[in-house]
Parts: sequence; structure tokens; C-alpha cells
Amino acid sequence: MIERIRNADVSTPPAVVIRVDDREIEALPGESLVAALLASGRLVFKHSPRADAARGPFCLMGVCQDCLVELDGMPVLACQEPVRAGMAVRLLAPPR
Amino acid sequence: MTDILVIGGGPAGMAAAATAARHGAHATLIDEQARPGGQVYRAMPASFAVAGDLGPDHAAGEALRAELAASGARLALGERVWNVRPGFRVDTLARDGPRRYEAPAVIIATGTTERHVPFPGWTMPGVIGLAAATIMLKAQRLLPGRRVVVAGSGPLLAAVAYGIVKSGGDVVAVIDAAKRAEWLRQGPRLLARPDLLMRGSAWMAALRRKGVPWLFGHVVTAARGGSQQVEAVEIAALDREGKPASTRRPLDCDALAIGYGLVPNCDLARLLGAPHAYRAERGGWIAARDDDLRSSLPGLYLAGDGAGISGAVAAEIEGRLAALAALADLGTLSAREAAGLAAPLRTHRRRAARFGSAMAELMAARPALYGAIAAGCTVCRCEDVPRAEIDAAIDAGARDVNQLKAWTRAGMGPCQGKICGEAVASLVAEHVGSRQAAGMFTARPPLRPLPTEALIGTFDYADIPIPKPAPL
Repeated sequence: MIERIRNADVSTPPAVVIRVDDREIEALPGESLVAALLASGRLVFKHSPRADAARGPFCLMGVCQDCLVELDGMPVLACQEPVRAGMAVRLLAPPR
Repeated sequence: MTDILVIGGGPAGMAAAATAARHGAHATLIDEQARPGGQVYRAMPASFAVAGDLGPDHAAGEALRAELAASGARLALGERVWNVRPGFRVDTLARDGPRRYEAPAVIIATGTTERHVPFPGWTMPGVIGLAAATIMLKAQRLLPGRRVVVAGSGPLLAAVAYGIVKSGGDVVAVIDAAKRAEWLRQGPRLLARPDLLMRGSAWMAALRRKGVPWLFGHVVTAARGGSQQVEAVEIAALDREGKPASTRRPLDCDALAIGYGLVPNCDLARLLGAPHAYRAERGGWIAARDDDLRSSLPGLYLAGDGAGISGAVAAEIEGRLAALAALADLGTLSAREAAGLAAPLRTHRRRAARFGSAMAELMAARPALYGAIAAGCTVCRCEDVPRAEIDAAIDAGARDVNQLKAWTRAGMGPCQGKICGEAVASLVAEHVGSRQAAGMFTARPPLRPLPTEALIGTFDYADIPIPKPAPL
């Protein structure tokens, strides 16, 4: 399970709430959206076009495109998008 | 008005922009991240506050960021470069819309991406790259899993495994494709940086103390999982030819971090037409450069791992050298001044590159591993192209990677061949004799996927001026 590292080396800001599909999840302002989604337990982001196989974040650096989500009607890479309170995200393929 | 455009905000780019600005040039640094640092010195979000000592890499990154901030260089952050044209013109997509930059000199410092070897199950959620695991640990403060298998090749293995253990996770095993003898062979070059060698040894000793097995000469041959998440991997020893042996062993895990070295990002330089050659010991295709880091195209300079892997410290030095060359060519510095400033940097670069080149060899491509990819295994993740279809296209006559792409769609998906490119090229190379002969995917804009709307905005058709038709 992906979980947050909590120790005294780094202090993080208070969590905010963002919407992912029809759920609300906690996220840290300024962290990448992909980190918030992964920390909330979301591993499957979409399905591949031919084999309909589950896909999730792979490279975390803007290369693989497997973390693509919809934000304000535009496709964005979750790994390149910082969390803002109140943002509303739609995943390209809801969980099956 | 920019004199010098620096593309890429890692150690090479930060050092180049800071050096250029400090000597009086108008320098602009473009990077797609919100804060400079690249991958090796990737910054945490600005909203996170560092209280403790996060180690020498973090300190080095902070020092470069501070130098950059104080230098007067302009920072164009959060901008994705999607096109470059000679002369030079660089098109980016910023958060609030498209931007264009023009400058007589461009320093390309775009670093590397990770090399991947496909295996059954590698597309399963829960399988991430080694570089991705580094980003999770360093920049996002996440543990990839509670019981992680760390696999692949190169220096990132120890860094990731140690990072996981230090942060409270468990590493089931480190699966290292390099045999112990390969590491020992690099001994003399690793001694060029005794501090880094000691740090790596300390990490491996700490892992040993925690009972983490380090299996030299082994690879992950499959990942298995239940409901769409990895639950176990299968490993095998490598035989004398570097191919996985037939005996397989399972390991339970809840995450797999795997990567096989770094590949220089050369798409920008190739788009500009700079000549490239394949050099396996430097990471792959790299652009030709002179001793002052000039490419063969006037006004174009290349610095850092993106022009051939030499490591983070050498990258920083190369950034400074490239900036000095550009400053001299622009006339901002006299040739003598620039040469005087460059001389001590060249010496440091040679020493730093010795360690970097050892690492580069340990993480060079391993063709035998690509040969072992199973027929039904997905090679192109974006387009779901299995090895069998690639083999069929080669049998039907595909002789370079672009023909293969046209035949099978491998490399046509959103990642533009950045993830599958090494595998595709290796499979073709097996049949045409060399990676050089197999070629590279043709570089075309946009260099990154973009929403068209972000480039052209929204408009009303009534706004488009329609000229009167010509008289018949």
C-alpha cells in the first residue's frame, strides 16, 4: 500500500479537500495530484485502448502519460499538477 | 529580450543559467516543473518545510536553486517545451497559455528518462519505475509500498532500497541485473569519488544489516497480481550470456520499483537537426559536441546527462562550461576570459566524469534482456503492442524503428515512444546488426502531448476575418 512518510524531517501543510469523481479525498496543498490520488488508495487511473487492461501511474515524471486525468474539462497529467483546495478531478475510467 | 535560453532545470541547466546571468547575459531558464532541480535534485513542493538534514543531494540541490535565484536569470517554470526551430525559437505551453521565446543561443540540458525492459505484468498498477520511486520518496514523501521489490540495474537500486527502509518500509529483496564482478570492475573509477563510493557502501551495509537480500545477476521475469494490483514477482538468475535462466522463484510483495538505467533525452537536439551517434557507454543516442560543449549547429550547446551520461556533478560543471562557451560566442566575455574561467572547470569535469562513467556502464542497455521478452508480453504500453506483433513486422521487412512504428503502432501512443523506445529499438537491432542501424523515432513537434485548445484558445467563428473571394 502506498502511504505517506511522516517524520520530523519534513513538515507538511494542513490537508485540504478535493473532489475525485464523486468522492471527496484529503490532499496536501502543493503536492502533486498523483501523490494525493495514490495516497488515497487509487492505483488504477484508466484502461488501455486495445486490451482494456488497467493502467496507473508508472514514471511520475510526465513521460508515460498513464496518470492522465480530467481537470476542469481539460486532460492533465496528475504528476505535473499541484493540488489546490476544492479542485474537481475526474478519472478517465471509473473503478470497475 | 533573451540572449541565452536554457532548456531544462536540472543541475546542468541551473548552473548554465546562473553562470550566464552572473556574467551579464539575459538568461531564461525553462523547465516543466514548478521548482527547478530536474530529477536528481528534485525539490519538494514549496508548501513542505524541511526541518531536518535530508542529506548531501538535497543540500546540493538547494545550493544550486539559491545560486540560480540570486543570479538574475529569468525563470520560466511550469512550462512544457513542445517545439524548437533553428535561429532559435522555442514554443512552450505555460499554465495560462502558449508562450514563445527567441534567442540567438540555446543550451539544451534536458537530462534523461529511465530505460525499461518489458516483462509479463509490467503494466500492472503498483509497478513503477526506479526513478518514480525516487520521486515518491524524495519529492512527494510517499512510500511506494510496505513490502517492495526493488529491481533493475544501476546506482538507483541502492538509493531507492535505502530510501524505502529509512522511511519505514520493507524491501523484500534487491534484484540487481549486474553481477558482483561488474561492480568490482568499476572499482578504480568509483574511487574517483570516495565520498559517493562510501555513501553507496554505507547504504548497502545498512540494507544488509536489515536482512535485505541483494541478489546480483538476477532479474524480475514476471509480475503477478489479483484485482489489478501487483501481489508477487517472479525472479531468475542470469546465465553466462546474460539471459534469464529457466528456473523461476516467486517473491511476495505489494509494490515493484524497477528500472534499467538512464537514457539521454535528445528529442530537442534531434528536432533541430543536430547529428547524433549511438554510444552505449554514454546511455544511447547523443549529439556530437566539441570540447567546449558546442554542438555542430551554431548557437546550440548541450550540457548534462542529456548529452551523454556523466552524473550529476559533471552535469553541473558542463552547464557552467556551456554557458561560458555561449558567453564567449556572443561576445559578452572575451575568448581569453572565458578560457580562463573554463580551465579549472575542465579539470573538475574530468574527475567527476570518471565516477559518472562507471555508473553509466553499470546501467547501460543489456540487449540479452530484450531478447528474452516473451512473445505475448506487451512492449508498447500505450498501444498494447505485444512482442509477437513486433517480431511479425520485422519478419515482414521492417528494418528501422520508424518502419516498425508505422507497421505496428508501437511508439505512436501518447508517450511518443519514450517508454517502449529502447525495447523496440533493441528488437529491431537484433535483426539489422546494431542500434545505430535501427535508428531513432523521427522527432516531430509537438514534443509532448498538448490539448489543441491550450494552444489556439477559444474563439467564435464570427471572429475569423474572411477575405472577399477573388473575382471569377
